[in-house]
Amino acid sequence: MSAVARLAPVPDADPAPEALPQGRASLLRFITCGSVDDGKSTLIGRMLYEAGAVFDDQLDSLAKDSRKFGTQGEALDFALLVDGLSAEREQGITIDVAYRYFATARRTFIVADTPGHEQYTRNMATGASTADLAVILVDARKGLLPQTRRHSYIVSSLGVRDVIVAINKMDLVGFSKETFDAIEADYRAAVAGLGFSSITCIPLSARDGDNVVTLSARTPWYAGPPLLSVLEDAQPAGRSADEPGFLLPVQWINRPNLDFRGFAGTLASGTLIAGDAVTVLPSGRTTRIARVIGGDGDLTRAGAGQAITVTTVDEVDIARGDVLVGGHRELRPASQISARLIWTGGEPLEIGREYQLKLASAVVNARIVLLHDAVDIDTFATRADETLPMNGIGHATLKLDAPVVNVPYARNRDLGGFILIDKVSNETVAFGLVVRDLSGGTPLSAREKVRAAAQGWIGAPGSARRGEVLAGLSWRLASAAAFGIIVAIATGSPGWGLAAGAADISARTALRALHDGLWRRARERSLPADVAESGGGI
Amino acid sequence: MIQMSHLDKLEAESIFIIREVVATCDNPVLLYSIGKDSAVLLHLVMKAFHPAKPPFPLLHVDTTWKFRDMIAFRDETARRLGLNLIVHINEEGVKAGVNPFASGSRVHTDVMKTQGLKQALDKYGFDAAFGGARRDEEKSRAKERVFSLRSAEHRWDPRNQRPEPWSLFNTRKKKGESFRVFPLSNWTEADVWDYIAREAIPVVPLYFAAPRPVVRRDGALIMRDDDRMELKPGEVIETLSVRFRTLGCYPLTGAVESDAATLEDIIAEMRGSRASERQGRIIDHDGAGSMEQKKHEGYF
Repeated sequence: MSAVARLAPVPDADPAPEALPQGRASLLRFITCGSVDDGKSTLIGRMLYEAGAVFDDQLDSLAKDSRKFGTQGEALDFALLVDGLSAEREQGITIDVAYRYFATARRTFIVADTPGHEQYTRNMATGASTADLAVILVDARKGLLPQTRRHSYIVSSLGVRDVIVAINKMDLVGFSKETFDAIEADYRAAVAGLGFSSITCIPLSARDGDNVVTLSARTPWYAGPPLLSVLEDAQPAGRSADEPGFLLPVQWINRPNLDFRGFAGTLASGTLIAGDAVTVLPSGRTTRIARVIGGDGDLTRAGAGQAITVTTVDEVDIARGDVLVGGHRELRPASQISARLIWTGGEPLEIGREYQLKLASAVVNARIVLLHDAVDIDTFATRADETLPMNGIGHATLKLDAPVVNVPYARNRDLGGFILIDKVSNETVAFGLVVRDLSGGTPLSAREKVRAAAQGWIGAPGSARRGEVLAGLSWRLASAAAFGIIVAIATGSPGWGLAAGAADISARTALRALHDGLWRRARERSLPADVAESGGGI
Repeated sequence: MIQMSHLDKLEAESIFIIREVVATCDNPVLLYSIGKDSAVLLHLVMKAFHPAKPPFPLLHVDTTWKFRDMIAFRDETARRLGLNLIVHINEEGVKAGVNPFASGSRVHTDVMKTQGLKQALDKYGFDAAFGGARRDEEKSRAKERVFSLRSAEHRWDPRNQRPEPWSLFNTRKKKGESFRVFPLSNWTEADVWDYIAREAIPVVPLYFAAPRPVVRRDGALIMRDDDRMELKPGEVIETLSVRFRTLGCYPLTGAVESDAATLEDIIAEMRGSRASERQGRIIDHDGAGSMEQKKHEGYF
């Protein structure tokens, strides 16, 4: 410890950890994001250290690592506390999301430290998906960067409504109030359309600890609280789990013997009481809840977030992927959904290709039939496009091969968020957020249908399919022309030649479409059955 | 609305993960390592399937160097809960005479633990193995997924992990691939003890302070659990009041001097401690990034 103390002249640091109260009432899950080298990992390392969550033996290895890999000269490099992979320590960057845990006397925190590099954006989106609040770092020397806007957009899309803008490295701009004010004004203007309900800007230096846990003497002009106090006091807008009725996605069928058949799942919303009427969706059959069973025995009631098992009064056919619904008469299973997609796959989105879609416990096949638009991350403006590259965001309509119960993401994350999986590589290629349910709602307009047909026919630009289609088309044109010329020479009549060429191309095109369709269907049938997903319990 | 405490939320999250495994994998197993994290995991597994029994066995990879109290506790637990316990020992390692004293901690752990684990998983064809690892234990574990995909050779590729948004786990795998699943990912050491106290979960008595025979070796207090541990010149056996924060192979697990003999004492002591729980684990100190390296090779 003495070596560490010499290395790290940390002002205000109290090495004794704070005593934790028994109850440790509320939990705040937050994410730190921002561009590369904004100091996210350094900030988390600093908070962990000052909250007493770093132990002496960890500090000793930090001191060793700092000398070996550190970027802070002789001082402790707090980023090395969180950059847990060798590749990260060697390159001095964060590649993957890391979760960290600490508690103060007032609150428990789970922090997702996420990468700033654009190529790792999907790891950042993962951290944001479960966050109640986002801390967005900005380097005071650089001001807003494309990643600042991109991350703000992603956290907003994923439902985070409260952001703290940590304007970091203030020590490198002489703690200039003008710089801070200018960045704050820029940020507020940049995210005006993103629907945040609170934006708190704090000037800090993660490296030196200014305004992280205690107010800094070097920013006398800053009137607000330090970062940790803001986190302790934050009351992020709650999720709307408290609505009438209930939604219980069936995760697993518990049938140890012939006398017991229970349906296990985690309540996505509402409150469930033994005796409640229940509708099984998608089948639409109705019955009543007989028993509500918790981990130790029967319960009188269960609330949103609880993992329970229920039994029904009648023998009703219920399977994994079904949803037990109380109330919610408006809810209809849909085989077509409209959703925002965050593309995470290495291969770009392909219109018409079959992916696997997983929403709560339901697993179905899905095709993207139309990409309505893609978002330009710098301006937040939308533009027409026919594919999304990795980290691209767009709005699409998907067609499912079986109806799935879903609600808009803004209403419920458990039944409004889904993933798309590539059926060959098994890679998770997209996060999806249901925008609206198209079963009872608005179908595609005539114009959208035409666009969908065009996207489906020639494929997306750059896709393997478009290449195939274009090559096929040029071959067809060339062969039809050649055939026409031969007929024209043989008959001596250009008219016959033209007619023969036209007949050739139309007949072949029709036959080719028929032939491709048959093959596509045959290929899909021959794909290995989804053993892993169809187990349905043991 | 029913208010859930921090521990209630962690419990529900873990049960969801446990159920997701049985719903999507063919042949799961619970890696039971006898310690406090395994005790909590086992308790959660019992809850997840109540009123039924868990539909999978427990597997203990026995290095033959565990504390005798651990083995007794293991057998008693399986009997008390009526669960199927598989014990696997790497017999090749035993034949080759691998042991922590002569072979060193690195070779011993690799052969008896990592290789032993891989042998057992292959032998029984398990395609998903629950482990009690937590992200707060060690910084390479902080990067670990809940559903961690392993190749047919059991290797972990940290550069190619699937994103896990919300609680949606991509459970597809190719033939031969398997998952290591960590339902306690988001628990901390403090959560584990608070939960053990709240639920009155039985744990190995070695966690509680008692007078025990220990030897000072390489800066650690090693309990001489049987006479296979030979004393080096100058070493003496002292009887001290000690306890263990983590449990592993006895020659590789350092004790801490303590008078904490009850759960309340342990929780109070942990809150005041300035050392991490893994400090007593000699295998973690085999070099920078050593845990990550072990994970690459198939260790948990």
